[in-house]
This record gives sequence, C-alpha cells and structure tokens, in this order.
Amino acid sequence: MKNMMEVKDLTFTYSGASEPSLKSISLPVEKNKVTALIGPSGCGKSTLLRGMNRIHDLYPGHRYEGAINLLNPDEKGYTNILDIKKEAELIRLRQRVGMIFQKPTPFPMTIFENIAYGLRLSGVKKRADLQEVVERSLRDAALWEEAKDRLDHDARGLSGGQQQRLCIARAIALKPEVILFDEPTSALDPISTLAIEEMISVLREQYSICIVTHNMQQAARISDYTGFMYLGEMIEYDQTDTIFMKPSQKQTEDYISGRFG
Amino acid sequence: MTTGQHISHKFDEEVEEVTSSVLSMGGVVVQQIEKAVKALLAGDKEMAEAVIEGDLKVNTFDVDIDEMCNRIIVMRQPTATDLRLIMAIIKTTSDLERMGDEAKRIARQAIDISKRGALPEQFDSIEQMSTRVTGMLNKALDAFARRDIDESFNVIHLDRKVDKDYENLVRQQITYMMEDPRKIPVAIDLLWSSRALERIGDRACNICEYVIYLVKGKDVRHVEIKELKKHL
Repeated sequence: MKNMMEVKDLTFTYSGASEPSLKSISLPVEKNKVTALIGPSGCGKSTLLRGMNRIHDLYPGHRYEGAINLLNPDEKGYTNILDIKKEAELIRLRQRVGMIFQKPTPFPMTIFENIAYGLRLSGVKKRADLQEVVERSLRDAALWEEAKDRLDHDARGLSGGQQQRLCIARAIALKPEVILFDEPTSALDPISTLAIEEMISVLREQYSICIVTHNMQQAARISDYTGFMYLGEMIEYDQTDTIFMKPSQKQTEDYISGRFG
Repeated sequence: MTTGQHISHKFDEEVEEVTSSVLSMGGVVVQQIEKAVKALLAGDKEMAEAVIEGDLKVNTFDVDIDEMCNRIIVMRQPTATDLRLIMAIIKTTSDLERMGDEAKRIARQAIDISKRGALPEQFDSIEQMSTRVTGMLNKALDAFARRDIDESFNVIHLDRKVDKDYENLVRQQITYMMEDPRKIPVAIDLLWSSRALERIGDRACNICEYVIYLVKGKDVRHVEIKELKKHL
C-alpha cells in the first residue's frame, strides 16, 4: 500500500453554511512522501487539512460526505476516519495524524513538559522512558542541541522558529503516521524557515507529510506531490516538478506564475 | 499555454524587454552572417573586417541578456511557461552568440581569400547554402517571436537540405582541388566557411527545439526527426 491516506470525494460543509467549502475532493497522501496543497486564500486547503484529523469536530455541526481513509497500523486495508464517533477514538486519531499550526503553540510549561505532557496522556509514566522519548523527539525536530541545557526552562522563552520545532517535536513524540502542517513557516524568518524545511525533508523518511503553504517556492522545494485547489475544488494534482514546470491546467499555470486568472 | 498578463506589471515589462533583446540580437547575427558571406564572395577585405569588429555587438547582447535573465530568476522565481521562456532565452542567446562566432570565422576566411584571389566558379554553391541558412535563422527567430510550433518544425526539416548543400559543396571543392592544385588554398578556406554555415543551420534548429520546449514543455533536443511529430 503506497498511500498512507486517501481522501475520496470529500464534500465538507461548515456549520450554518449553505454552500460546501470542499466539493468532491480526492487526494492521496503517499507514504514517506511530502504532499503540498497550494491555492489562494479561501480555496479550502486548510479546511481539507483540518478534515484529515477531524479537528473541525472540536466545534459541532459541520457536515462531511465522502471518505477519508487512513491506512490501518497492520497495513492491511483502510479505515474511513469519518466513521469515527467516540471521543477517545478521535483523540487516538489525532495522535496518529498530528498537526502543526501556523503559529507556534507551546504550552505554558517547560520545554521538557511540553513534550512529556502528551506522552503521559498516552500512558507513558516512567521518568526514564519520558526522558528517552523527549530527547529523541527533540533530536528529530533538530532542536536538541539548542534545548538540551534548558529543558527545565519555560518553552515560551524560545524563539519563534525554536517554538515551532518544539511543536513538531511534541507531535512526533507520539509517533504519528501522518503529520499535517498548516503553513508552518509563515510566521518565521527565512533562516528558521529553511531549518523547518530541512527538518521536513528528514522527517519524510519516517512519516507521511501533508503541508499547506502560501509560499509556492516552499512547495516546490520540499514536496514530492502538489495539489492546486481553487474555490473548494482540486484543480490539479501531480508530481511537484510537473506542477511547477508544466502544469496541465490553465488555472494552475495562472496561479503559480502570478497571472490574472 | 497562457500568455495572459502577470499581476506584476513590472514582470511583464521585464519579460517583454528580454524577449525583444533576443530578437534584436538575432537580427544583428543575421546581418553579420550575410555580410560575412558577401565579403567572402566579393573578396571584400574591409567588409570582412567590419564583421569581425561587429562581433563585439553580438557579445554585448549575450552578456546583457544573461544579466536580465539572472535578474528575473532572482526577483521573480519564474515557474511553468515563464521558467521555460527564461530557459529558452538563455539557450537561444548562447546559440546566437556562437553563430556570431561562426560569422567571424567566415569573415576571417574572406580576408584570406581576398589576398589569394579565387576563381568565381569556385563560389557557386556557397551562395545558395548561405541563402538557405540565413533563411532558416530568420524563420527560427520568427518562430521564437510568435511561439510557432509549425514553423519550428519546418525549420528543423530544412536542415536536411543544408546538410545536402554541405555534402555537395565538399564534393565540388574536392573536384576543383583534384583538377587544379592552385585552387587548393581557396578550396580549404571555402570548406571552413561552409562548415561554419552548416553549424549555423544546426544552431537555428536548436532555437526551434527551444521554441517547442517553451510551448509544449517537451524537450525534443535529442529526438530523431521522424519521432518529432509524435511529440507535437
């Protein structure tokens, strides 16, 4: 099975809206690949991403139609995550499909506790185990060298780029299968941005990644596949090279080359 | 695919400017080739020297256009058609520059021949060949300006005729050399010049291949002519 996730004919309508925000979207997320979603504001790319770990469900009343299939841990078959009803299962889903937001969201606690918090919730209790996972996560998020001497400091003392990497460490501590990034670098300076991009290219070896970005060059640099969305529809999905060098749809071409549609 | 305007008006102006520079450069190169061949046929040393001097103008275009492309890449990060256009321009420019060098080479032979004094019949076929080659180059530049795939295809086909011209010319000069050893020095000069023209024809084809790449996104540089139609 080469796809970790498969969005199939997904139509999504926000609570109280008359029109759906996503119209029959299909998108594969290949295993150990980076899939980027691009498109103008309001095209539905973040809405789609947030559907992929049902984070919309934190507020009631939204309507999903279609399927979002997630590969089962035994790699035999898929489960439609839209069928999940129980809160505990939704929490488990969000551990398997982690999300990083645009603004870093460190908890108001120490660097160590930021990562250990979720681990404790998921049942890791022993100090030594916690320490081991915290270190490994920080290393994977390329933050260990900068943070190892200040694990007991408040996480809010880190720079923006460091905070974002801490959030990534926090997500990967739970050993997710998929990581969703929602514009993870739009609040960061160019150097911190490159550090995150570099990290994503390393994380790809262990995780499947889907990233929403407004920075098209970023999509071109780090992704294997790119989907271009417009007005709630998936206009074109293809290998990133093809999208940026020879897209087949005029709308895609106009958008990526900065032309009037 | 699209030729719509960019949201950035300045970007449109930059693309316009660099494209028209390539076409101006092409015009200068055509003139250089025509003048070089004229100087060769007429044994006109002054005209040949003017061609050698004129190559500076071609080189200046080469450098300027590269710089404009660099600036566009850095500031605009072109994608899709824009990216392919910049690639096509960089490559076209370097082919045009080399064609300018070939014109200079012909001019040098012209100076040599003007000293030696050649017999008019020896020049017969080079005139025809040069008309064909400059025609090809003009058509290639036209195809570039209009992004015309069909015209590009025609030019690529014409190159076979140039190759034939070249073969004939070689055979003819060998005959002259065998008939009369005094014709050998001029024949050798003419062989060099015709070789230069033949190369110019090849480079005109290169430009057409870039046009196909620009419009279709297909790289047809190392594709056999009979396979070419499949890609269009």
